[in-house]
Amino acid sequence: MKKHKLSLYQLLSLLCFCLIIAAWCILTFGGFVSDLFLPSPLEVVRKIGQMYREGTLWANCYESTKRVVVGWIWSVIVALPVGMLMANSKKFAAFIQPIIEFARYLPVVALVPLTLLYLGIGESQKYTIIFLGTFFQLVLMVCDTVSSVDQNLINAARTLGAGRWQIYREVIFPASLPGLMDDFRLTIGWAWTYLVVAEMVAASNGLGYMILRSQRYLATDTIFAGLILIGLIGLITDFLFRVLTRIVAPWHERLSD
Amino acid sequence: MSDIKLQAIDLTKKFYGTAGEVVAIENVNLTVKESEFVMIVGPSGCGKTTLINLIGGLEEQTSGEILLDGQPVKGPGPERGMVFQGYSLFPWLTVQKNIEFGLKMKGISKSERAEQAKKYIELVGLNGFENALPKQLSGGMKQRVAIARTLANEPEILLMDEPFGALDAQTRVVMQELLADISQKTRTTILFITHDIDEAVLLGERVYVMSRRPGTIRDVLDVNLPEIRTHDCLVLPEFLEAKKKIMDMLWQESQDAALSR
Ligand SMILES: Nc1ncnc2c1ncn2[C@@H]1O[C@H](COP(=O)(O)OP(=O)(O)O)[C@@H](O)[C@H]1O
Ligand SMILES: [Mg+2]
Repeated sequence: MKKHKLSLYQLLSLLCFCLIIAAWCILTFGGFVSDLFLPSPLEVVRKIGQMYREGTLWANCYESTKRVVVGWIWSVIVALPVGMLMANSKKFAAFIQPIIEFARYLPVVALVPLTLLYLGIGESQKYTIIFLGTFFQLVLMVCDTVSSVDQNLINAARTLGAGRWQIYREVIFPASLPGLMDDFRLTIGWAWTYLVVAEMVAASNGLGYMILRSQRYLATDTIFAGLILIGLIGLITDFLFRVLTRIVAPWHERLSD
Repeated sequence: MSDIKLQAIDLTKKFYGTAGEVVAIENVNLTVKESEFVMIVGPSGCGKTTLINLIGGLEEQTSGEILLDGQPVKGPGPERGMVFQGYSLFPWLTVQKNIEFGLKMKGISKSERAEQAKKYIELVGLNGFENALPKQLSGGMKQRVAIARTLANEPEILLMDEPFGALDAQTRVVMQELLADISQKTRTTILFITHDIDEAVLLGERVYVMSRRPGTIRDVLDVNLPEIRTHDCLVLPEFLEAKKKIMDMLWQESQDAALSR
């Protein structure tokens, strides 16, 4: 019964993709739109094949993935303790929350000149952009996830003799793990949207760079190839996170399961 | 005098919220003797949970004193084990690991923990479910785990807040008999809170009757039923007599409350 439902779910997801590709085929092969605006799927696939032969496919994917992952990991490393502390200390939350809420609304694009000024044109500037794009959101999400741990579980642990640190380690952390995995999964998705910003200036490789450069030559097939690659990497990341969540928190009941 | 386990003296708790001051309980006095099974019965909202949370150390009283073995209690501690209506099991831990939790907090070695846990798994009849996760268990089974988890800590007193309130009638009787049996076997001192008069009489050696808000102890009653409490007690004349007395007290109580309004 359950299995049947799951395959129906997958079937519908697949159907959506098929419909979009079908519409794409009709629009392009039917000659309804010019190649300049929308290249045909065949052209995009050909483009990706060409990139593969030239060796730029893996190089660009690798560079971009590295930038996203490193920037995002930094953001996780800092956001995790700060968010947990905010959730558990009203004083610390009062101290730090206003600045985080403020920084959250700063447009990351507008920070690019400053990062260039402070950090130069190296990789660290790219990591910083990804970090800035994800950190402030992630802190608030971590804080929220950690604060929503069932107080009854904490009370039970206290009456069973758990001390302050034991409660963190043995209750709050495992209880928030599924929620944190979700937060991580969402923020790494956002990190990909900041990739183009990170590769906007002073980059010589990467998928974001490739897309920006193609814009100048109106190479729409390359733009679409880049978009599809980013989308695919995103889907794979999402999938990996779901698998990982199931591994680290097999006890967790998910509504869609 | 020395056999008094727990004592509450003039216990008062006020909450200060947006709606102003709420006096949850006022001047509560009660004693629980060593190895005694004491019940507190009262209508919903009369401050039962507040009272047991104060004794458990999860809340702090506004005034008054709580003494365990003559020492004032402060904050929660493993010597006052609690069992809640909502089970509060750790969903990521197996039955066995849940039961070992308190022992792990104490730093007891793995093998010793397993040995101790085994004893209590047997006591509550969970053999064969050691490696199950809480989500795989029924409500009654979950509450067995919660009871074993608290008992494994070998508390001085077991505090129970309507532990069977969420169970269906049949399971509830099974659990009541199990608890009566555990109380006989382990001689653990138990303070048990309920709004169910049958439950209070069936389990209690002594029953405190609480009045409506602000909650206070209105009466106390000794129950003279056989030592071994089973569902057969539910039809004994002594049972019905005690039940009637408590019903009268609560009825009188609600009359007084209505008149004073
Ligand atoms: N944290 C709180 N803040 C304000 N009022 C509370 C709080 N906890 C309980 N109360 C109030 O105290 C009274 C007693 O509640 P409670 O102890 O839960 O009763 P019972 O367990 O007997 O149903 C209720 O009127 C409730 O609204
Ligand atoms: Mg209650």
